[in-house]
Amino acid sequence: MKHLLSAGDLSREEAVQILDTAEELLSVASRPIKKLPTLRGRTVVNLFFEDSTRTRISFEAAAKRLSADVINFSAKGSSVSKGESLKDTALTLQAMGADAVIVRHHHSGAPHRLAHAQWTKGAVINAGDGTHEHPTQALLDAFTMRRHLGELEGRNVTIVGDVLHSRVARSNALLLHTLGANVTLVAPPTLLPVGVEHWPVETSYNLDTSVEKADVVMMLRVQRERMNASFFPSAREYSRRYGLDTARMNRLPDHAIVMHPGPMNRGMEITADVADHDRSVIVEQVTNGVAVRMAVLYLLLGGAAENDTDTTTEGEA
Amino acid sequence: MTAYVIRQVALLGDDIVDIAIAEGVISAIGTGLAADGAHEIAALGLLALPGLVDLHTHVREPGREDAETVLTGSQAAARGGFTCVHAMANTDPVADTAGVVEQVFRLGREAGYCDVQPVGAVTVGLAGERLAELGAMADSAAGVRVFSDDGKCVWDAVLMRRALEYVKAFDGVIAQHAQEPRLTEGAQMNEGVLSGELGLTGWPAVAEEAIVARDALLAAHVGSRLHVCHVSTRGSVELVRWAKGNGWNVTAEVTPHHLLLTDELVRSYDPIFKVNPPLRSPDDVAALREALADGTIDVVATDHAPHPMEDKECEWSAAAFGMLGLETALSVVQQTMVDAGLLSWAQVAERMSTKPAQIGRVAGHGRPLAVGEPANIVLYDPSTTRVIDARDTASLSRNTPYRGMELPGSVVATFLRGTATVLDGQLVEDPR
Repeated sequence: MKHLLSAGDLSREEAVQILDTAEELLSVASRPIKKLPTLRGRTVVNLFFEDSTRTRISFEAAAKRLSADVINFSAKGSSVSKGESLKDTALTLQAMGADAVIVRHHHSGAPHRLAHAQWTKGAVINAGDGTHEHPTQALLDAFTMRRHLGELEGRNVTIVGDVLHSRVARSNALLLHTLGANVTLVAPPTLLPVGVEHWPVETSYNLDTSVEKADVVMMLRVQRERMNASFFPSAREYSRRYGLDTARMNRLPDHAIVMHPGPMNRGMEITADVADHDRSVIVEQVTNGVAVRMAVLYLLLGGAAENDTDTTTEGEA
Repeated sequence: MTAYVIRQVALLGDDIVDIAIAEGVISAIGTGLAADGAHEIAALGLLALPGLVDLHTHVREPGREDAETVLTGSQAAARGGFTCVHAMANTDPVADTAGVVEQVFRLGREAGYCDVQPVGAVTVGLAGERLAELGAMADSAAGVRVFSDDGKCVWDAVLMRRALEYVKAFDGVIAQHAQEPRLTEGAQMNEGVLSGELGLTGWPAVAEEAIVARDALLAAHVGSRLHVCHVSTRGSVELVRWAKGNGWNVTAEVTPHHLLLTDELVRSYDPIFKVNPPLRSPDDVAALREALADGTIDVVATDHAPHPMEDKECEWSAAAFGMLGLETALSVVQQTMVDAGLLSWAQVAERMSTKPAQIGRVAGHGRPLAVGEPANIVLYDPSTTRVIDARDTASLSRNTPYRGMELPGSVVATFLRGTATVLDGQLVEDPR
């Protein structure tokens, strides 16, 4: 594994290895000194063409806890905002000796271009591209589910909302399928992509019938402006049909958890009561994000150099 | 003016004959023709086709001379075996006045590599709001007969109706870029399973088909001529077949890239494969080949669309739509149609020379290879293969989707009214 571009690129073994490694690394966060020497001397670039404070900070914390040098490169206020191309940005980063480039971009496929156009030799990690994928989000979601539910084989995960525009949904559907979970996508028909019947998932237009067997309910952010493009008639109607409120939550099995990749629209796809409820693991998702991203960086950069990831993890962690 | 005798060439891929060219016309066809001091060309193994006519070329001049000029575009055309190309109107300024079309026409004549026949814009500035001076362009020295807002659809039904009606006065044709704009806002690729997977906004087939159906009905209603540009879907093929079956005056073109390439290539996110209309499914490709074979689709047109490198070396969604086509068209048609047993070379001549010249109403092109006819001829070697090198082009741009691919055949010589524009596979300098 040289890059992490799509959750679909991960085999089950690779995915489990990342999750297991993250489990080891999570303990680092509880130490007084939250730092490992693994990536000392390696340079990791956070290349963010799109604002995303939480993802950037999460990757930055992950890289720093592994002792990597971190360069933050955000499009605003940089040469990118003056019209520099992706290619020239990549060539610049290559010239600076970036070992890994973590890229967030508003265009689908931009990380794929970076990885395959031979503009940079470093590992490319997709931190969210357009409406395509967000593989580390899916990994941290799977990690969080696994901590609450154990193995995901046979578990029922219901993902609700704007699947059409959601990179989180795409990556989760692919990764959870790889891990053996049963994924159901719930959305109004306008917010399901054409061709979704070929995805390894079930789909439903009805949230009420989908909650009763769910081990996990993951609510996706729905942007209010979709309303203006006639994807649904009004925010109120959306909330009534596809929002998670206390009544619907109460019909979940007792052990089920509620997730959201953030940022939430409280009152739209999720009520405040549900967001703040004990079943909600939304804050924990953020915590786990750092450990999972540490694992990804470790396996792409550190692990590759040492050629033996399973044993060194234990030794160092 | 140099006279030529082409020795032992397969006429339309069939009978082996000699062809003599003198004073711009075919002076004799037979066996063992006397040389009489003419330049002799050994052509055993080559085939002779009438000079190709493209109904759909973007030469970018005026306005984007960094991407292509009339000179370089017509050189690329000559290298592809074309003797006449129709230059689309989406230049800057737009070819919506007699002045601009005459300039493009004149630049083509001055270059001398092929006849550059301007296409006039249907609406002022391609804005889709009011008709351009179609009559002035028709009456100009350029003698425009094909009108198109290509790149944009004439989506307003009333405006389309008026345009179709108006051009009847001078035997014009409206060449429609069929794309319902609201259904394709932000569209990046064919809408299907792959667009959902790749997270790219889909360009649904229905956005093309809805306009094809509407325009066929409009053309029938007002009794005018409609030409459908770059048909790309099975549904459009069926609609054109239906319109023709009703006896309506509807013609259609397909591009070489839609005959060969599919949307699966978009998986690379390499914008070299970004084009409008987008690459479609294998089923659409099969339908397009069948339709070109059975005559439902009348012609092959390249939609040669040069773009500078920086507009392709970027993110998919930020990249320009379009790909080069002139220098590879005949090879792609050989591979997809002739070698596949779907077309004879005589039928290729019909679809790449005779019919496009008829639709475009260009005199002196698309004529039979017969004594007394203008000597617009291409000599083609179908036995060779070549790996496409993006740098090996007369175009100023490099955006060929075929780079690295092996394609059959090569153009050996092109004659424009008896003057060689290409000889031994090389451009002739200053052919006038």
